[in-house]
Amino acid sequence: MEAAVLTHEHGHAVAHAADHTHEHHEPSFIRKYLFSTDHKTIAKQFLTTSMFFLLVGGAFALFIRWQLAYPGEPIPIIGSWLPDSLVSNGAIQPGFYTQLVTMHATVMIFFVIIPMATGAFANFCIPLMIGTDDMAMPIVNMMSFWLVPVAGLTIMAGFFVEGGTAAAGWTNYPPLSASGMGHTLWVIGVFLVGFSSILGGMNYVTTVLNKRAKGMRMFDMPMTVWALFITAILQTLGTPVLAADAVLLFVDQVFHAGIFIPENLLTPNGGLFPNGANVGTGGGGQPVLWQHLFWFYSHPAVYIMILPIMGVVSDVLATFARKPIYGYKAMVFAIMAIAFLGFVVWGHHMFLSGMSPLLGTTFMLSTIVIAVPSSIKIFNWLGTIWRGDIHFTTPNLNALGFISTFVCGGLSGVFMAIGPIDVYIHDTYFIVAHIHYVLFGGALFGIFAGIYYWFPKMFGKMYNESMGKFHFVTTFITFNLCFFPMHMIGVGGHMRRIHDPYVYEFLKPFQPINQFITIFAILLGFAQLILIFNLIWSVKFGRPAPRNPWRANTLEWAAPAHPGHGNFDRDITVYRGPYEFASPESKRDYLPQWIRPAHVEQETVAKH
Amino acid sequence: MSALSLAHEPVTGIRHGKLGMWIFLASEVMFFSGFFTAFIILRNANLSVFAHGATELNWPLAALNTVNLIVSSLTMAMSILSLENGDKGKFQLYLGITFLCACGFLVIKYIEYTTKFSHGIYPGTSSFFGLYFTMTGFHAIHVIGGMIPIGWMLAKSFTKRGYADTGRVEILGLYWHFVDLVWIFLFPVLYLIF
Repeated sequence: MEAAVLTHEHGHAVAHAADHTHEHHEPSFIRKYLFSTDHKTIAKQFLTTSMFFLLVGGAFALFIRWQLAYPGEPIPIIGSWLPDSLVSNGAIQPGFYTQLVTMHATVMIFFVIIPMATGAFANFCIPLMIGTDDMAMPIVNMMSFWLVPVAGLTIMAGFFVEGGTAAAGWTNYPPLSASGMGHTLWVIGVFLVGFSSILGGMNYVTTVLNKRAKGMRMFDMPMTVWALFITAILQTLGTPVLAADAVLLFVDQVFHAGIFIPENLLTPNGGLFPNGANVGTGGGGQPVLWQHLFWFYSHPAVYIMILPIMGVVSDVLATFARKPIYGYKAMVFAIMAIAFLGFVVWGHHMFLSGMSPLLGTTFMLSTIVIAVPSSIKIFNWLGTIWRGDIHFTTPNLNALGFISTFVCGGLSGVFMAIGPIDVYIHDTYFIVAHIHYVLFGGALFGIFAGIYYWFPKMFGKMYNESMGKFHFVTTFITFNLCFFPMHMIGVGGHMRRIHDPYVYEFLKPFQPINQFITIFAILLGFAQLILIFNLIWSVKFGRPAPRNPWRANTLEWAAPAHPGHGNFDRDITVYRGPYEFASPESKRDYLPQWIRPAHVEQETVAKH
Repeated sequence: MSALSLAHEPVTGIRHGKLGMWIFLASEVMFFSGFFTAFIILRNANLSVFAHGATELNWPLAALNTVNLIVSSLTMAMSILSLENGDKGKFQLYLGITFLCACGFLVIKYIEYTTKFSHGIYPGTSSFFGLYFTMTGFHAIHVIGGMIPIGWMLAKSFTKRGYADTGRVEILGLYWHFVDLVWIFLFPVLYLIF
């Protein structure tokens, strides 16, 4: 039995056997695909939702790029479809531009990267990788998913209300964000998506602590699970602060309480609020308070977006270098250190918001310290692939792409951490380049690596390798050509959010660079269609996947090729760590966690 | 294929729901901390407004509510003990008192709110009242959120099958004590500091 289950060719047959046991209570379509409590279905729901939002957010980005490259010229094809409130003769109006900037970031952060990392991957990987049947609280898990589309629709509804959707940037600083229906919808949407994040987080922490397979100690967990576990702690402790912040902004927007709006704030039309209500009778509000509470969440949120990806990349690199991860415990402690430091550095987003220089220095030092655990991780990834038997599969190419771009983004981050330098580059395209190197180059390449890596287990089919490689190569080249020049125009003084930069004489020479960036941004956008085509095509026509296509050691590969409800067709006991590649105990180059020590020798003989 | 034993006892020995509740409560602490932070910052910026605002509040009614919630916490703990001892009647009695205390709390809250409105005081009156209505409002939502499962368990215990899941009542108790504790912080901060 033990050997038969492990033999790849039999994987599919066993999968059918596993499905057979669950035939008796086939759930209805609604229970199975809409309100499912199965963690794998919820993971797929998260994946498809965030893929959809990835296209939406990407389209917003291309509008922004079009305007910067060819300001005042009509958007090709789509321009004529948009209403006159947004475009004039097909060209983007300033108001619409700020809405696009805001919504691009909001969608990409709250509805693409976070649901992808902590929704899709956490849901799919945690139960399978710790060898259990489902999450600890399946119904809470279902709620956590369904809040995301509701929140997404709430925020998107902003496009159809008077005054348009939120337009104060994704950070939504008051007093600019303290009026208008679009901002209120934004706040409600963020509250809902935050609630989803909290419910998810508490579920993941409970599952990891309580549902590990027999014999699995905390330090037998794969890096992906460790990273998701620590991320879940960040989610449960950070997100509620944003929720409280959102509630207070809501109170300011609806009741004009003056929590964030300063006293007697006047605008050209006489007052901030169209109905003549004025704030200031009850003492002045504190706009910087919003920023403190916002960044208290949103800096840890940066790590919510990147830590799970670091875990995924660790697993992918070790598997395809056929080597144990270098410094496993150091990697775990580095994640913990990053997570802890992530909570005490939020002030570095606010060097220009008015802050005691002493406090600024504290935030500067704590921020620079993060470079230490981050460097440990980079060093250990390089140590992992060093002299390894590297297989250049699509997941591994994406993981290697992650390292190279993340190093670049990490280094530009150190620039910003230094207060005096940040004063110069704050709110320029240098920041835009940095955030895209860590969030697109970092998080999204890691997400691609994870999608390709677990695709066989998720859908029971293999993706198309050539298409996958083509997608990686085109994405990697266009990504760098698109985002690298942004560093240069940023240092040259190009502002971060500006409708028409060429009103300034000194920015006019940057127009050719902006056009260059835009061309590659469009190519980058269209390159993602390859990914989507590959996934859809492979789900339908892909080659059936074997049980353990990557010859990996972690528990998800002990499950049938396309696991049904309940995941495993055998009892799972863990006998060793997750990275026993090239182990002297076994004649093969890998030794899965679930193989009984007594079977190791027999296993190897049977194989050769 | 024989049945699998993947769904074994919790590794920590603590029931999933209970562990999840503790983590959820940690999250709740951070949520209310956000409000308290805002309160501290705004109070320091507008001392006179906050001192004046606090004098407008009805502290004796709030003190009554404090007693109310503490009693409900006590009876909640006693209902758990009664259920553990298998004393169904006492379980219903104590859980019933808990439910009534919660109702009483909301009635007093309603009186407080409507008195404020009749005096022309709304959340938009000042930053103090903005925070007052937000903090007590969210606390009241938590009270209602606790009353729903209390009412459900109480109703279930009167059915033929009864209610015997001590673990669940205990998880509810954790939540209820937390809601009580939030009020213990809200009461002096909002009502007693002038």
